[in-house]
Amino acid sequence: MIHTTQELELIANQIRQDIIHMLVEAGSGHTAGPLGMADIFTALYFEVLRHQPQKPNWPERDRMLLSNGHINPVLYATMANAGYFPRSELKTLRKFGTRLQGHPERTRLPGLETTSGPLGSGISQASGMAYGLRMDSKKQQRVWCLTSDGEHQEGNTWEAIMFAGKNRLSNLTVVVDRNNIQIDGMTEDIMPLEPFAMKYQAFNWHVIEINGHNFQEIISAMEQSKAIFEKPTCIIAHTIPGRGVDFMEFDFRWHGVPPGAKDFSGDPPRAVQAKAALERLRTLNGKIRSEHE
Amino acid sequence: MNSSAKLNPSLFTAKLELVPIRKGFGEGLVDAGKNDDSVMALTADLLESTQVEPFAKAFPDRFIEVGVAEQNMVTLASGLAAVGKKPFTTSYASFSPGRNWEQIRTTICLNDRNVKIIGHHSGVSVGPDGATHQMLEDIALMRVMPNMTVIVPCDSIEARKATVALAKTTGPGYMRLAREKTAVITTEATPFEIGQAQLFRDGKDISIIACGPLVYEALLAAKELEKLNISAEVINSPSIKPLDSELILSSANKTNKVITIEEAQAVGGLGGAVAELLAEYSTAKLSRLGIQDRFGQSGTIQELWKEYGLDSKAIIKLAKSIHMGKSK
Repeated sequence: MIHTTQELELIANQIRQDIIHMLVEAGSGHTAGPLGMADIFTALYFEVLRHQPQKPNWPERDRMLLSNGHINPVLYATMANAGYFPRSELKTLRKFGTRLQGHPERTRLPGLETTSGPLGSGISQASGMAYGLRMDSKKQQRVWCLTSDGEHQEGNTWEAIMFAGKNRLSNLTVVVDRNNIQIDGMTEDIMPLEPFAMKYQAFNWHVIEINGHNFQEIISAMEQSKAIFEKPTCIIAHTIPGRGVDFMEFDFRWHGVPPGAKDFSGDPPRAVQAKAALERLRTLNGKIRSEHE
Repeated sequence: MNSSAKLNPSLFTAKLELVPIRKGFGEGLVDAGKNDDSVMALTADLLESTQVEPFAKAFPDRFIEVGVAEQNMVTLASGLAAVGKKPFTTSYASFSPGRNWEQIRTTICLNDRNVKIIGHHSGVSVGPDGATHQMLEDIALMRVMPNMTVIVPCDSIEARKATVALAKTTGPGYMRLAREKTAVITTEATPFEIGQAQLFRDGKDISIIACGPLVYEALLAAKELEKLNISAEVINSPSIKPLDSELILSSANKTNKVITIEEAQAVGGLGGAVAELLAEYSTAKLSRLGIQDRFGQSGTIQELWKEYGLDSKAIIKLAKSIHMGKSK
């Protein structure tokens, strides 16, 4: 491991704070998903992914695609912390003329591998990359695709999963953010996805289920996926939406709104939501008493 | 006729050859595959009828059968293009772009990827399969997409040249093909370039601008009109986008009367493109022949071209009434 688990947790915490800051500044965007995926992104960009932030087009790099583009605050915050662009640029999120568009647009920001937002196309694109890379390079370039559970209600997703299974794209790893929420509520109420792991297995994928907030499990699953040669791998990451801010956790109402936009019963009032969220993050939900701000 | 167009000498003779336009695409794809080993082909369970089989046989490892999954096919292709491949996707136009337009919009056009979408079985000339398979809206659907090139070849020879030309461009491209055997209008020497229209026949009274297999009907009509002392100019416009506005405007401003004809909805296709051009830059009067807000149906190619007012008789009737100043 390049970093210790504690270092990774600190980086993830910094990313979560950056997410809150940029969402407040933008005044729009998604909160729950990005906070929930901060650990997965930290593990990928700071431990597992083969990449050079200063050379975003380095030909031998792994390819990392975000399929559910709406959680791009965590992608941008991670990229900034990894050195793709200055962290000061994070406050331009969703503003006119920004490189950090509301949903990721490849042609605007070096280091983005694709344009996404409309759900269900990530695994197809990743499969195309994996198939194409496997045709040429002997080198073990890997393709990582982060996708959401809700996105598995799209037909396109299953066409891709079927294709990758048939073609044994073992240089492809999909990470599913299994946070059980979507815009209108809980996935199992809206359009149930369970048994989820069995679906992927039935489509000839190797499946690993992990706690999406435990760095040991995240990293070992990602390393394990590199060692599977006859199948693509799906890592089902059980994550808590809104992770890190207690009043947001598990709450689907925080799917598509930034802090300070809406009053939710049981939560701090709008005016102080962001301040409260940042305080939770700095004190690990009150575990650290010594804060005297 | 315009000699420099080097059209097929047996155009109006019994020896005229009828060849499916998609056959030219199949040949052009193999040519493109020979020219550049990053060219690939994908099909969605339509290997034979899309004429991709020759390519699949010549370059098996550069061919992908995706099964009945048109959304996956084009999105997969955008991933292949991301790693330097030059994929051609093939399916019936009513499924691609009919069913995967958003994937094309987001992952190919907005994402600016080098993917060529081939829309087979366009127009009513698909025949017996009927309306479900007769795609009439593809030109409009693809023409309105930013960053997309749209080509409608008039015969198999032009389709072959267009395929090779498209393979050499970078960025999104769409080409529309017909199923049925149709007239071989051009020869190897006939010029073809993306963005260019061609003057197939000189004339001074009326300009007929056509694309696809109906270019032959326009030439037949012009030949008949000459006997009625009406001098009709015929322009083949395979490049819908970018449109050759220079040639079209010069013809329109000369004759001041324009007819467009296409095997597609009269709204939004070639007719739409020419209408937009003339409305802004010309006083010429335009009449658009095409599918008038209807779906297709089963039948033979001649029955259907007659039913939808697309054959030379329909062109002659319209041209006569415009020429006498009696049209609507």
